[in-house]
Amino acid sequence: MIDSGAIRKKSASASALALGFARFLFIVAITYLGLLAVTFFIGRVIPIDPVLAIVGDRAPASVVAQTREELGLNLPYYQQFLLYVKGALHGDFGRSVLTTNPVMTDIRRVFPATVELATLGTLIGALVGVPLGVLAAVKRGSLVDQIVRIVGLIGYSVPIFWLGLLALLVFYAKLRWTAGPGRMDVVFEYTFTPITGFYLLDAVLQREWPAFRDIFAHIALPASLLGYFSLAYISRMTRSFMLNELAQEYIVAARAKGLSETRIIWRHALRNAAVPLVTVIALSYAGLLEGSVLTETVFAWPGLGLYITNSLQNADMNAVLGGTIIIGSVFIGINLLSDLLYNTLDPRTRAR
Amino acid sequence: MTASADTMRGWLLSEQPASRMQARLGRAYASWQRFSANRLAVLGLAIILLLVFIAIFADQLAPHSPVVGDLQGSRLLPPSTEHWFGTDDLGRDILSRIIFGSRLTLFVVVLVAIIAAPVGLLIGTVAGYAGGWTDAILMRITDIFLAFPKLILALAFVAALGPGIENAVLAIAITSWPPYARIARAETLTVRNSDYIAAVKLMGASPLRIVVRHIMPLCISSLIVRVTLDMAGIILTAAGLGFLGLGAQPPLPEWGAMIASGRRFILDQWWVAAAPGGAILIVSLGFNLLGDGLRDALDPRGGEQ
Repeated sequence: MIDSGAIRKKSASASALALGFARFLFIVAITYLGLLAVTFFIGRVIPIDPVLAIVGDRAPASVVAQTREELGLNLPYYQQFLLYVKGALHGDFGRSVLTTNPVMTDIRRVFPATVELATLGTLIGALVGVPLGVLAAVKRGSLVDQIVRIVGLIGYSVPIFWLGLLALLVFYAKLRWTAGPGRMDVVFEYTFTPITGFYLLDAVLQREWPAFRDIFAHIALPASLLGYFSLAYISRMTRSFMLNELAQEYIVAARAKGLSETRIIWRHALRNAAVPLVTVIALSYAGLLEGSVLTETVFAWPGLGLYITNSLQNADMNAVLGGTIIIGSVFIGINLLSDLLYNTLDPRTRAR
Repeated sequence: MTASADTMRGWLLSEQPASRMQARLGRAYASWQRFSANRLAVLGLAIILLLVFIAIFADQLAPHSPVVGDLQGSRLLPPSTEHWFGTDDLGRDILSRIIFGSRLTLFVVVLVAIIAAPVGLLIGTVAGYAGGWTDAILMRITDIFLAFPKLILALAFVAALGPGIENAVLAIAITSWPPYARIARAETLTVRNSDYIAAVKLMGASPLRIVVRHIMPLCISSLIVRVTLDMAGIILTAAGLGFLGLGAQPPLPEWGAMIASGRRFILDQWWVAAAPGGAILIVSLGFNLLGDGLRDALDPRGGEQ
């Protein structure tokens, strides 16, 4: 039974969807262009001469001029920018002065380490943070609520690199519960062959159980640390969303129907709170990718964050900006993806 | 005594204030009552006041010099009655360095707030009041900056500008104005069509005057709350930049840089890194508590229930 009205409605909603998608693409494009413009500005317009960074300040004038030409730095700025955008779209961020590899090759090598760490951290944060937040909301004013509040406050206030150092001191040096900095012991460094770059996964795929144990011992501490920060944020937001849901009338209706309290909380209230929660978890994931810069420095974790800071210390601007663009792109991507997810999960916002 | 306090209270909380000043003072008093009922918020305020006090009287309070140490006799000493928090690798008293470091922390926080908040306020109010294309373009720019990872962007800026505390301030300010613009725009949109704006317009006020004199003052309170809540983040970012060697340069006693220099001794002389981190934790906790309290006191609607 499809009448013409329904068809018209359907095509209208389809075109609304297409319009929404076009708008979405436009926003992605503009934001990405903005990111490139800012990094271009940082790299070119601000006074640090990329030529001098490559050839050094004692190079003869002819070499300087030649390098300048090769880099396209004698072109007007707008042409330079177009070249830059073109390069970035092809994943070409120039060569790293430090490693002499193309920046993209370097990034491809180090990025999985960062993703592995941030993913594990978010997993811990969500698996612990959501139940904790729900409990705090249900038992408002109780001990659990106070604990969640304090955990959140400290998470918002503590410098992550300092907590990392103290964690290393206590759990690695004093208690010997976990392994030290780095991704794995030197012993495994030469026998272990990465496939995907996610070492935990690689070890499972190759059934290298001793290596798996070692890798796990190394990742446990930094991942728990990132997990704590993500937990602080997620539990606080979960609490506030749940309080909002529990005050709604449908909860009263569910109670009046005689549903069990467990069912009301976990099936009804949490499912409705889940929609904004997805956004929160996505944002906290993006935050951890960014926060990795400091954590990786503390734990000597060979990821993108450490790559950026090492390049910074050597005035390797190509590598710094390439890393910035990659993290920025992932950040933008996650932001927009969470918007999109929000729209799909919440029927009220769909195709208006 | 109590009688006069009672009449004072009655005057402040009067339903029919006789003058503008009475109304204003009454409002401030009511806000203060809401604020001071929150014990944690008062604790936050106390921490911040203490920080300001320590920063002002650092010269008198610090028992030793923050930059000159005794290299021969007092390197890496554990905490004692002479050196409460021990000494660092150059024989400098860590407590004195933390006391002087409070000045740098305040410097960063205040300067970032002074730069970022007015920029955000201006962009937000102009976008909100002008509407149309101006609004679309300004908000697009704001969104672009909002979509960036703050720390990474600040890092890239400092890398290009060169390390140093002024550049760190600039970099943090550049990355932290967008939320203020959003808030200011939202506030502007709620008042731009109200009757009093129409009345001012009828009296011939220019758009500039309307925005500056009649819209901006209304955005201030929510902006102050947001800035206070952001202060902890600003301190943490500044400390992070300092930790990476991009903030204040030696021998300045910046807390993040102090942690970085203590990092080498973390296993045996842990106090070198532990003490400045504790200072950062306490101060950002203070700002967070104060911000939460201010939000609840100034804006009873928007608080977490």
